[in-house]
Amino acid sequence: MNGSATPPPEPPRPAVPPRPAVPSLFAPAPGAAPVGRMLLAQALFETRLLLRNGEQLLLTAAIPVVLLWLLTAAPVFDTGGYERVDFLVPGILALCVMSTAFTSLAIATGYERRYGALKRLAASPLPRWTLLLAKALTVLVVEALQVVLVGGLGLALGWRPSGSPLAVILLLVTGTLAFAGLGLLMAGTLRAEATLAAANLVYLLLLVLGGVVIPLSGFPSGVRTVLELTPTGALADGLRSVLADGAGLPWGSVAVLAAWAVAGLAAAARWFRWE
Amino acid sequence: MSAAPAVEISSLVKRYGSLTAVDGLSLEVAAGTITAVLGPNGAGKTTTIEICEGFRRPSAGAVRVLGLDPWHDGARLRPRVGVMLQEGAGFYPGARPVEMLTHLARLHAAPLDVEMLMARLGLDRNRASSDDRERGDRRERGGHLEHGGHRERGAPLRRLSGGELQRVALAAALIGRPELVFLDEPTAGLDPQGRRSTWELLDELRSAGVTVVLTTHLIDEAERLADHVVVIDAGRVLAEGTPQELTGGVPDDVIRFGGPPRLDVASLRAALPDHASVREVTPGSYEVTAPVDPRLLATLTSWCAANDILAEGLQVGHRTLEDVYLELIGAGRGGR
Repeated sequence: MNGSATPPPEPPRPAVPPRPAVPSLFAPAPGAAPVGRMLLAQALFETRLLLRNGEQLLLTAAIPVVLLWLLTAAPVFDTGGYERVDFLVPGILALCVMSTAFTSLAIATGYERRYGALKRLAASPLPRWTLLLAKALTVLVVEALQVVLVGGLGLALGWRPSGSPLAVILLLVTGTLAFAGLGLLMAGTLRAEATLAAANLVYLLLLVLGGVVIPLSGFPSGVRTVLELTPTGALADGLRSVLADGAGLPWGSVAVLAAWAVAGLAAAARWFRWE
Repeated sequence: MSAAPAVEISSLVKRYGSLTAVDGLSLEVAAGTITAVLGPNGAGKTTTIEICEGFRRPSAGAVRVLGLDPWHDGARLRPRVGVMLQEGAGFYPGARPVEMLTHLARLHAAPLDVEMLMARLGLDRNRASSDDRERGDRRERGGHLEHGGHRERGAPLRRLSGGELQRVALAAALIGRPELVFLDEPTAGLDPQGRRSTWELLDELRSAGVTVVLTTHLIDEAERLADHVVVIDAGRVLAEGTPQELTGGVPDDVIRFGGPPRLDVASLRAALPDHASVREVTPGSYEVTAPVDPRLLATLTSWCAANDILAEGLQVGHRTLEDVYLELIGAGRGGR
């Protein structure tokens, strides 16, 4: 039994009271699924729940699409010398990342925690890192759908993107990490209802103040500096400099986002409570 | 039997700051049995169970579950152990029961069939809330039925009743075909019928060779189900044994009565036949333990008459687990 080459010993057969050996539905056959299968199952499960949640779709799909379409059609805000659609698509993409990686992730995780789903999973064979990776995959899948939706609508409205796709992807991923850290920090420390309220409030504030639809150049310079340091401001500015100006990778924006990512994820790792 | 115990807890201590939730608790669970951890709210039941499940780290003492340390060997243990959280907790609020259970099944190597398990637990996957049924009818009348039709109906978990949630939580504990299950108050919030069918299910688990550890504050539940009952309070084991052992083995009869506190029990004892015993259980509440016959009762009442005592609430009966339990808890509380 103790040889290192032998497989682990059979679990001891329990001392069953003498009863006729009826084949039972509940005869033990324990074991975890292969980890790849667990990862896929978890990511699909969460994606599916997210995509049919009406409130979440409002934030992640309806609002971005309607804003892009309306503000391209009607000159509501001054777009600082850009074609309206060229100005709006990068901002709306930043809004998409915020809606999925921050607002939606925070609200969903907050309620999962409140209803004990995270504890339930912690008692299942699913390793914790697999759960986190599945959440990351879910966010990336939803973001990919958003990019297709917003990019497609933008192209239909006459958007002419420039710059390197690689720089855009790097910005989107860094932005995702920045928002996800903050979203998880909120979900893991506040009550679910507080997370719901705060996440929506931040979404609304940064939609208006984060350079999404209103150029930051329109704000007084002191305020502007602060707004440029928000994750939304940095992401919208960075995406705009690549997609609208055709600039190379905006290191300033990447640095701001990376700083948020490091701070947010570290704080979440430190303070996130699973139940 | 020489089979290793499924759970071994020795001198377990769990402190939260200055509060000691578990205070030197030791117990052993034989494989293939049902063990009931019985105690009042706040006795330390859930803390003990959650340490066994690997959710909490012991402050001191040792815990082995299936021979493994739940805190350090959780990854190896979790596939083998089924867990039912308290109050039916542990679900994605937007998922329907069948989706939640199907998902949990996918995390296991050889899970139970979800539909069969749901049917067995009376969780009819096609049963929808009345709201949902109306919506479905409208959809059907509108001429386009969603893919899967009625299979996709059913209320999400956040809209289920407490009893339904309890059954989903029990199903979640069983879905992976575990060899050991921890059930935290599995029948809390169930109606008598639901409680009975849960008991039958747990009997079936035992016959299938599954070890069951459950917490409860229901004495009849422990008495009806358990091979082994562990009474705990204030984080300590007060007594343990089979329900028969705890109630004294032989069907001892008792007479209980109330009167003024601090009666001379020795004098009463002397008046009664040799094999009788007399105790003042709590001040003013007395218990005579002996095979009860009309003569014993007559002797008792004449002693009362001679001493000018009006025996109140005089009752003849068997000692039940409830008597034993209340005495134990009362004594424990009185001693603090």
